[in-house]
Amino acid sequence: MGMTAIEKILARNGDLKLVRPGDVVTVRVETSILFDNNLMDSVWRDILEVHDPSKVVVVFDHRAPAAHVLSAKGHKRGREFVKKFGITRFHDIGREQGISHVLVADYGYGLPGTVLICSDSHTCSAGVFNVAARGVGSPDITYSICKGETWFRVGETIRYDLEGTLPPGVFTKDLFLHMAGRYGNHATMNIEFGGSALPGLSMNARRTITTMGAELSVEFATFEPDGIMLDYVRARTGQPFEPQWPDADANYLDRRTIKLDDLEPLVALPDTVLNNSRSVGEVAGTAIDQAFIGSCANGTLDDFAIAARILGGKRVSPNTRLIVTPGTQNIYREAMRLGYVQAIVDAGGVVTNATCGACGGGSLGVLGPGETCITASTRNFKGRMGDPSARIFMASPATVAASAISGKIASPMEYFQ
Amino acid sequence: MTADETMVFRGRVWVAGDNINTDLILPIQAYYLTIAEQPKWVFSANRPGWSDEVRKGDILIGGKNFGMGSSRPAARSLKNLGLACVVAESINGLFYRNAVNFAFPALEAPGVSEIFEEGDSAEVFFEAFRVRNPTSGKECSAGAMPVPLLNILKAGGIYPLLEKEGKIAPLAS
Repeated sequence: MGMTAIEKILARNGDLKLVRPGDVVTVRVETSILFDNNLMDSVWRDILEVHDPSKVVVVFDHRAPAAHVLSAKGHKRGREFVKKFGITRFHDIGREQGISHVLVADYGYGLPGTVLICSDSHTCSAGVFNVAARGVGSPDITYSICKGETWFRVGETIRYDLEGTLPPGVFTKDLFLHMAGRYGNHATMNIEFGGSALPGLSMNARRTITTMGAELSVEFATFEPDGIMLDYVRARTGQPFEPQWPDADANYLDRRTIKLDDLEPLVALPDTVLNNSRSVGEVAGTAIDQAFIGSCANGTLDDFAIAARILGGKRVSPNTRLIVTPGTQNIYREAMRLGYVQAIVDAGGVVTNATCGACGGGSLGVLGPGETCITASTRNFKGRMGDPSARIFMASPATVAASAISGKIASPMEYFQ
Repeated sequence: MTADETMVFRGRVWVAGDNINTDLILPIQAYYLTIAEQPKWVFSANRPGWSDEVRKGDILIGGKNFGMGSSRPAARSLKNLGLACVVAESINGLFYRNAVNFAFPALEAPGVSEIFEEGDSAEVFFEAFRVRNPTSGKECSAGAMPVPLLNILKAGGIYPLLEKEGKIAPLAS
């Protein structure tokens, strides 16, 4: 019996011939990402020895620029750490600022066939590059920076074969909401994507799905390597890598085929995305105080293009505020060059700098008591974006943009006729 | 660690439901407070006042996918609240890592929520991977914690190990 893509990546980086569900494996970590939350007073432990500074990336994203004295202290500590150990892949406030998982995409930090960890749950994002990428805890990232390795419990893998083409107005966020709504959580399991639909899905569209894997509680989310992905990575790094294809006789717990043509715009009701998706028509008309497009899942250039297309020449409802946050400053600059920022700001949207921002409820769009938000970000837990009494609906950037215009949850389909 | 040498915990039971997430355990408002201040915020959104009722050595019985969500050190808050351990139907992978690494004993025992009600007593034989309700006599077996992870847990977590190797500095007290 063969191995799935994730089992092969773990075997390769653990010098093991075979990896099976139930194993606990110790593997080499190619990329360890440290971000500002790790550097805060209540989390940081002073690292005295770095295994290999060239394998460390340091990013300020959760509170960037610093939102309070505590995060300013964390950033200061990060700059000292980078200097002390000669770490060159450093994303300070400024031109190369951004959310860690999106920077991984921009700079080709996720080398196919390798292991990448960061103590943010959405690290599974880099699985799109055929990387064993997982969110870990601060102790894990400290350990890997010091020792160059980490451990994983190996879970079963579910294979998703994507077929067909997404209808106009329907996006991979809707595909995610379909998966979460229909199949619920995938705790302790891996998910692997392949199928004939891949050539029609951009890297940004794919990365939305792997990023949202965290919300399905997956261990790892990976895509089968293809030419589009390999070209994307090769255009961004000169580092050598060996992508890992699943074996033809890989052992999957289940194989599920999703026909993209059958999908429609969906909305997750507040508090969880698990078994909680509805057709947009079922919640249309719900008044919203805030609309948000951003985060590591939906702050891509594709998402800006969608928002600009819908908002161009329109106005955000006077009863609603729209906040749009790019994943990186690179995306911000490109979105400016292409006129997307202009269209969004002309419509009355607020475009912020690249940061996690409103997604984590820390700054730039915190919700007040009893408010209602529709968000194209990662998470709609109770209290996630501010006051615990706020209601958070989740949808695609298109549905969020359409809703911002009407001030109520609305289908984006009329903009894609 | 509040266990004897063989890690047997006896304590009063609190019951949490399915899909308890890390934002409920360690809300964002508490994330930037001190380690000592964080535990009192546990479940403040869904069960206000609960953290004041927890006594040292109490045992939390969780549902499915306990600790889903973010990588924030939620397990540390439960440990510092005084809970002896969590036994859940299933535990989210990321929470499980943090539990091991912060030395908060955590077991997955399918069926455990069936044999306990809030206020019951529980006996957790951690290294035998077994949990028992001494009142009803009902028992439930748990999945084994792999030996390498058990060793991290018993060492007090990752940080004491790294301190011993001189890789990180001891916490300034």
